[in-house]
Amino acid sequence: MIEISVNGQVHRLDVEDDMPLLWVLRDELGMTGTKYGCGIGQCGACTVHVDGDAQRSCSLPVSAAVGTKIVTIEGLSPDSGHAVQKAWIAEDVPQCGYCQSGQIMAAAAFLAANPKPTDADIDANLSNICRCGTYPRMRKAIHRAAALIVR
Amino acid sequence: MAHLAPLSRRFFIRAGLSAAGGLAIGVMLPGRADALPIEATPWLSPDDAKAAEVNAWILIDPDDSVTIRVAQSEMGEGIFTALPMIVAEELECDWTKVRAEYAEAHRNLVDGHPYQRMGTGGSGAVRRSREFLQQAGASARARLIAAAAQQWGVSATDCAARDGKVIHTATKRVLGYGSLAAAAARITLDKEPAIKTPDQFRLIGRPQARLDTARKVNGQAEFGIDMRLDGMVYAAVTTCPVFGGTVKQVDDSKVKGRRGIQQIVPLPGGVAVVADSFWRAKQAVADLAIVWDEGAGAGTNSDQFRKEYRDALDGPAANAKRSGDVNAAMAQSAKKIDALYEAPHVAHAAMEPLNATVHIQGDRLDVWMGTQDPDGALQRAAKAAGMKPEQVHIHNCFLGGGFGRRAINDELEQAVIVAKAVGKPVKLLWTREEDMQHDRYRPQAAIRFKAGLGADGLPVAWDMRTAVGSISRSLGRDPVVSGVEPSAVEGLANVPYAVANLNVDCILKNTHVPVMFWRSVGSSQNAFALESFVDEMAVAAGKDPYHFRRDLLAGKPDFLKVLDTLAEKGDWSKKQPPGKGRGIAIHESFGTIVGEIVEVAVSPKGEVKVERVVAVVDCGHVVNPRTVEMQIESAVIYGLTAALYGEITIKDGRVQEANFDAYEMVRFADAPVIQTHLALSGGNKWGGIGEPGTPPIAPALCNAIFAATGKRIRSLPIRNTDLSGRA
Repeated sequence: MIEISVNGQVHRLDVEDDMPLLWVLRDELGMTGTKYGCGIGQCGACTVHVDGDAQRSCSLPVSAAVGTKIVTIEGLSPDSGHAVQKAWIAEDVPQCGYCQSGQIMAAAAFLAANPKPTDADIDANLSNICRCGTYPRMRKAIHRAAALIVR
Repeated sequence: MAHLAPLSRRFFIRAGLSAAGGLAIGVMLPGRADALPIEATPWLSPDDAKAAEVNAWILIDPDDSVTIRVAQSEMGEGIFTALPMIVAEELECDWTKVRAEYAEAHRNLVDGHPYQRMGTGGSGAVRRSREFLQQAGASARARLIAAAAQQWGVSATDCAARDGKVIHTATKRVLGYGSLAAAAARITLDKEPAIKTPDQFRLIGRPQARLDTARKVNGQAEFGIDMRLDGMVYAAVTTCPVFGGTVKQVDDSKVKGRRGIQQIVPLPGGVAVVADSFWRAKQAVADLAIVWDEGAGAGTNSDQFRKEYRDALDGPAANAKRSGDVNAAMAQSAKKIDALYEAPHVAHAAMEPLNATVHIQGDRLDVWMGTQDPDGALQRAAKAAGMKPEQVHIHNCFLGGGFGRRAINDELEQAVIVAKAVGKPVKLLWTREEDMQHDRYRPQAAIRFKAGLGADGLPVAWDMRTAVGSISRSLGRDPVVSGVEPSAVEGLANVPYAVANLNVDCILKNTHVPVMFWRSVGSSQNAFALESFVDEMAVAAGKDPYHFRRDLLAGKPDFLKVLDTLAEKGDWSKKQPPGKGRGIAIHESFGTIVGEIVEVAVSPKGEVKVERVVAVVDCGHVVNPRTVEMQIESAVIYGLTAALYGEITIKDGRVQEANFDAYEMVRFADAPVIQTHLALSGGNKWGGIGEPGTPPIAPALCNAIFAATGKRIRSLPIRNTDLSGRA
């Protein structure tokens, strides 16, 4: 049995050690906000927080997450009240929306480490793929979220 | 706060529940003399059985909240907001109390097609449905007013509707829509009301926040991939890596008895593994030892195809357009130029890999997926299951991107086969690798232009010839006996530039690689070639590319307005420092003209950085300016990815690129500043918006690179050209 903590709740699971965290979240725990996009850590649709760091859960064996605190999009805030979510709503960022859970999780961890990012910081640190091309709006929303957090 | 009806609740609501609310009355459709017959078993509001269905598009709850049905697919383009806006404009309801939900393909089939054609494509959602959506809203409003007037015993002409209420003007009495909806549904009108003209719009044309945003920032938005049913199993698939090949032999000894593996199901050209988790199924599929019969495509490669398309340009062709005498005018021209352009296959690569969830229970088949064509999906599922179309229910979900790919649902056919074989609900999901290597790609093309310029530098003769894959033939829809496929020559046969002697020829040529609609279809590769060549002509004529285009567009005020606005907003007249360049392109597709200026920097090493894109759009009228702006940003980035990096290559008959490591995407670091401006011509023009922003980006960028480096790119993607060594 494997024990993991997701959004403050401990789950005991009978799964293989090497099952990626993504599939544990989606298929075993039914938390489908975290998305499958590539399975090789390239696109970031599966981004979650592991002890506060953004991690691509498709490439993280569940055994490596034991003893950590995992937060998914469902646990980022109870009411979409996280500064990044608020900024995302204000800028109307999502289009198809599929990559957005991962984008928001990546941006939230990024801002926690870089409270006042420049555009160059964003370019250098955020590499999730959005096929709808919401980058210009995400960029605006990240700056807006930074301002919300500072305030 | 406007919100969406949760999709999950409607999943298990069956049609034909007892009527607690009103009766359904069909909406007037163009070409119909009367309203559709009264529906005896109305579809009820999914989350409130007390809601009354005023017509097939509109449900009203007792609290005055309004649910507006959307027959097209929300894949990011914003129609879950724009189409309800059109209905609400006429309904005069309170926009903050509006929610959207999908219309049902099943009802469309059995109820006389109240939703007309549900497919989403050709940037047509607004263009094709605006009038009947306005009519649906107006028709419901008139019935609500009539119901109130009846209750008060006054004339309907003395009443008005506004913000979800009917008001008796003289006495100031007020009734909310919620209390009138059931009665309204029973009203018969002598005559359907007229719809508003654009000058009367109060909601259309004003930016509105998207109704789907709230659910897309907290993980609640439900995509097909997120569907979960009791007792559901998971299927992963593999199909012959060479298109058209088949399975000779499967050795499953490595996966048999493995944890969670339940069944191996043969598919056309492939195999599915069914397991109790997708990951287990996916691991097992990868461990099957399969011997393929690779079929006719075996051993082919991209270099060979490229040569075949080039060579085809010298072979027989069908004529798509002819005016004047190109040969005679060419012979007399002062200067002749010619150029050959090439565009490779590109993949759609939507973020959500293809998937479908299917549940067969006796004589009923339910499908949950994101599809661009619910009507077609219904027929496809029925055929694959050997059931009647009336027995199939398609529950459309949010689409994690479409771009054309989700118009043909190969994955659904597989899921039905697997569901039949296992007798349980099945979620079938393609891996990214399967999705990329079994796409239906943008057709490969070779396009050659020859032009003769007159003494004034303007073209007097223009010969265009394209050799390109036929989408209709690839889909088995139409043999295209004429040899001219409209999408193959779109943008060429309707070239907007004035030239007295024009010839456009088409050579349709397919390989074993399946091809299909890719955002902006033929305009994608044709605009790249055409607008690059226009630049080449301008250079040959010694003219400024903007002014050269202007001269050729004389007498076309809508094109000129876009072009002039673009030159102004895009700082065309300002000089660029060495290593930087500005390029311009303009193209009309799907009824909309888009002009774009790209500012690019090319480093001495040849690295390309797109710094700014300015777009000017004439789509006639705008429903939601916010989503129009978003679609231009999206179309630009989508086209930019293809222009810079996009190339699917074939080796030994199979696609080489399997995932995003080999098939590169524009990410934050590559994404330019994008500024969108409208130059609307109004009138009767309602153009599309999902696609028209894509065609100009590749040529505007290539023209900017020429301005920066003097190097002309005639073959995409750009990264295949060495741009280093600038002095």
